Amino acid sequence: MIEKINIEVLGKKDTRSGFGEGLLEVGKLNNNVVALCADLTGSLKMNAFENAFPERFFQVGIAEANMMGMAAGMTIGGKIPYTGTFANFSTSRVYDQIRQSIAYSQKNVKICASHAGLTLGEDGATHQVLEDIGMMKMLPNMTVIVPCDFNQTKQATIAIADHEGPVYLRFGRPSVPIFVKPDANFQIGKADTIIEGTDVTIVACGHLVWKAIEAAQALQEKGISAEVINMHTIKPLDAKAVLDSVAKTGCAVTAEEHMMNGGLGDSIAQVLSRNTATPQEYVAVDDSFGESGKPEDLLKKYNIDTPNIIEAALKVIQRK
Amino acid sequence: METQELKNIASQVRRDIVRMVSAVSSGHPGGSLGCADFLTVLYFDKMKHDPSNFTMDAKNEDVFYLSNGHISPVWYSVLARSGYFPVPELSGFRIMSSRLQGHPSTDKGLPGIRMASGSLGQGLSCALGTAETKKLNGDDSIIYTLHGDGELQEGQVWEAAMYAAGNNIDNVIATIDYNGRQIDGDCDDVLSLGNLSQKWQAFGWEVLEMDGHNIDEIKSTLDKAKSMTGNGKPIVIIMKTEMGQGVDYMMGTHKWHGSAPNPEQLVSALYQLEETLGDY
Repeated sequence: MIEKINIEVLGKKDTRSGFGEGLLEVGKLNNNVVALCADLTGSLKMNAFENAFPERFFQVGIAEANMMGMAAGMTIGGKIPYTGTFANFSTSRVYDQIRQSIAYSQKNVKICASHAGLTLGEDGATHQVLEDIGMMKMLPNMTVIVPCDFNQTKQATIAIADHEGPVYLRFGRPSVPIFVKPDANFQIGKADTIIEGTDVTIVACGHLVWKAIEAAQALQEKGISAEVINMHTIKPLDAKAVLDSVAKTGCAVTAEEHMMNGGLGDSIAQVLSRNTATPQEYVAVDDSFGESGKPEDLLKKYNIDTPNIIEAALKVIQRK
Repeated sequence: METQELKNIASQVRRDIVRMVSAVSSGHPGGSLGCADFLTVLYFDKMKHDPSNFTMDAKNEDVFYLSNGHISPVWYSVLARSGYFPVPELSGFRIMSSRLQGHPSTDKGLPGIRMASGSLGQGLSCALGTAETKKLNGDDSIIYTLHGDGELQEGQVWEAAMYAAGNNIDNVIATIDYNGRQIDGDCDDVLSLGNLSQKWQAFGWEVLEMDGHNIDEIKSTLDKAKSMTGNGKPIVIIMKTEMGQGVDYMMGTHKWHGSAPNPEQLVSALYQLEETLGDY
């Protein structure tokens, strides 16, 4: 008799709303927190902070480069700036500003990026950045966090204020299941093992964590025991969690709403290849831009949905 | 400070510049020489700062950002000569493991530097951020910046210019090193800057102009600019300079933007610049 995996779903919400609530909360907890937004206050759910702390909210207009430079300058004098815009405009549009004025200059700026990945949906490829994790993790001094649901995004938004140094926090637009407990203790760089298993390790981040849970449930029905790790911090990576898990399972699947090149999967592959040769399969977008469509349809079309994780798990188990 | 004293310091700063770049056969002497008088007056006579006790936070101190980071030699010399770090350390310019990187950086911990620069167009935005923080902190200090004229071709400068006027940033004094030259030639030939004064005015800035090689005029213009802070508008000084000022063969051309003098050329340069404070 196979025991059914039971993950309690607490509701359904967008992760950007977790950011909005977290920002308001951290604004109450820490007077040094300031927020900057490039004309997307509503989309980033920053209105609550703006209304509560108008003197600490800076509307910069559609000028992301200036926003990043200003955020760097605001740290001189002890402020903790949170910048808010879409993930594409938080990274590729302003990469050099982040590189020089924030990462190289070691400034305590929190780059908060919404609408990441394909699940932005209908706006299409111009806005669906799939390269941002790679770009940001390559920058020295940068911490990269991709929380999985509303609660974890809220917790991460609060936690990063106490972390000295630049942070990239990536979240999204669609409403997704909430399964992290509201009182969970979010620790940067400490992976969460959501389901324990012995046959295959599934390492996922962001929206794909829920898909990984669904895949593990389906695999369980086939008699396969999958371990699911929520790797919410891509950098610094919790290598120990990965190595401990594959020591049991002997194989890994990585799942992310990101380009295969340079994403979570590559970070995991680096850990595995440098420590213990382990078969790995990637569930990620394969060298392609996105397109307009409904979020769920896009995840299917670009092969980063639950069935793809199941398929990858079955394949990687064969490679052991 | 007396004008003659400032002139003496500027002369030594110019000697430091040509010796630093010549020693490593690299670096940017042209713009550095052109801004020696301005930075000397700013650091030795106008800025409120504490060189012997540098802090990143700059509480109740004026802040300076060098947006055109390639003229690091003049900044390093002025910082050392005003007491931020030992003058002999200037010999480490552009040498591996030194705190004096080719372009200014914070990661090696050189006192006096709060922001890396070199990739152009970013310093004004950083200044605006610090300006907003100082306002939040009730700190009435001033943020000074220096920019190349060619640097104004970067779009981010104008994003910042628009923000500053639109948000009544009145604790920033920006200065443009208007020497009319950039790497590939005259600015007018590379990409014309048009009427700079009118451009800044149209963006809502108070515009002052000065001769960047007249110490008395630099002093009086900076005094005037300081008196204009706190009135709801950002201030820019368009500073007319000569690239390579003080070394005859470096003047009247863009060719010494990023080239260092060889040993013979160095001798000729040093012959024209009086040693007033002792070489490092």
